[in-house]
Amino acid sequence: MKPVHTNFMELCFNARSENESFARVAVAAFLSQLDPTIEDLTDIKTVVSEAVTNSVIHGYEENPEGVILIRTEIEGTKICVQITDYGLGIEDVTEARQPLYTSKPELERSGMGFTIMENFMDEVMIHSKLGEGTTIQLVKQLTPQSQQSLVN
Amino acid sequence: MALHLDVKRSKNVLVARLDGELDHHTAAHVRKVIEEELNHEWVTHLVLNLEKLEFMDSSGLGVILGRYKRVTQMGGKMTICSVQPPIERIMEMSGLFKILQMFQDESSAVSACGVAS
Ligand SMILES: Nc1ncnc2c1ncn2[C@@H]1O[C@H](COP(=O)(O)OP(=O)(O)O)[C@@H](O)[C@H]1O
Ligand SMILES: [Mg+2]
Repeated sequence: MKPVHTNFMELCFNARSENESFARVAVAAFLSQLDPTIEDLTDIKTVVSEAVTNSVIHGYEENPEGVILIRTEIEGTKICVQITDYGLGIEDVTEARQPLYTSKPELERSGMGFTIMENFMDEVMIHSKLGEGTTIQLVKQLTPQSQQSLVN
Repeated sequence: MALHLDVKRSKNVLVARLDGELDHHTAAHVRKVIEEELNHEWVTHLVLNLEKLEFMDSSGLGVILGRYKRVTQMGGKMTICSVQPPIERIMEMSGLFKILQMFQDESSAVSACGVAS
């Protein structure tokens, strides 16, 4: 039996809104070695964007000095993306996960971030502590290209 | 800027064409430009053409809902058109289509506003 292919990468950057696109593109570029389907890649870009945006807006309340960490792991065809901030933390995680719930309606937030993460990924784990920060762990089993062509 | 916004006038309908990526970073620009245009006296309705929008996350939903509220308050109608499938999926998830009509092309979206006026 062939050993399972593993790999990881880590990124560390300031909580600036211009880094939202950098983060999703960087994760997608790293995962391109798995030859993912366009659909999977778009889903992953979207959820990375959601988590990083949450750190910028909610974790650090747009203070650009904040630091965001992303760790992406590959294990065979399964991927795990972890987004960490050292910001305010989430008081009530169950409430935060509710579709359409937002603590910042005045900023035109839609409250759909966690709902999108849950819909696009197989697993969404939230670890958060008030005053210490938040880590979101996202896991997805990628669709192999061969299987994709059978479906279509 | 990873997002380009083009606005044009079609009678009392403001048509905004978005090209690029709509996220939290680019949302501020889109909001500002459309809000300024909505201040013009001649505008009653708003059409968003998303044909060239390649990426959107939930920040985009917030911008769309914000403009929907403004246009509805002004007594106008808002429609969207030419939405790419991944973006349509996010819109579907949020229940956006319960309040906003979507069309295949811009001319249908514009005439749908005209009918209502
Ligand atoms: N990294 C974070 N730090 C602090 N609070 C967060 C974080 N991520 C999410 N939240 C909280 O969870 C809520 C729901 O998040 P989300 O579903 O993305 O909606 P939105 O970002 O539109 O408010 C936010 O309004 C916020 O209160
Ligand atoms: Mg969010």
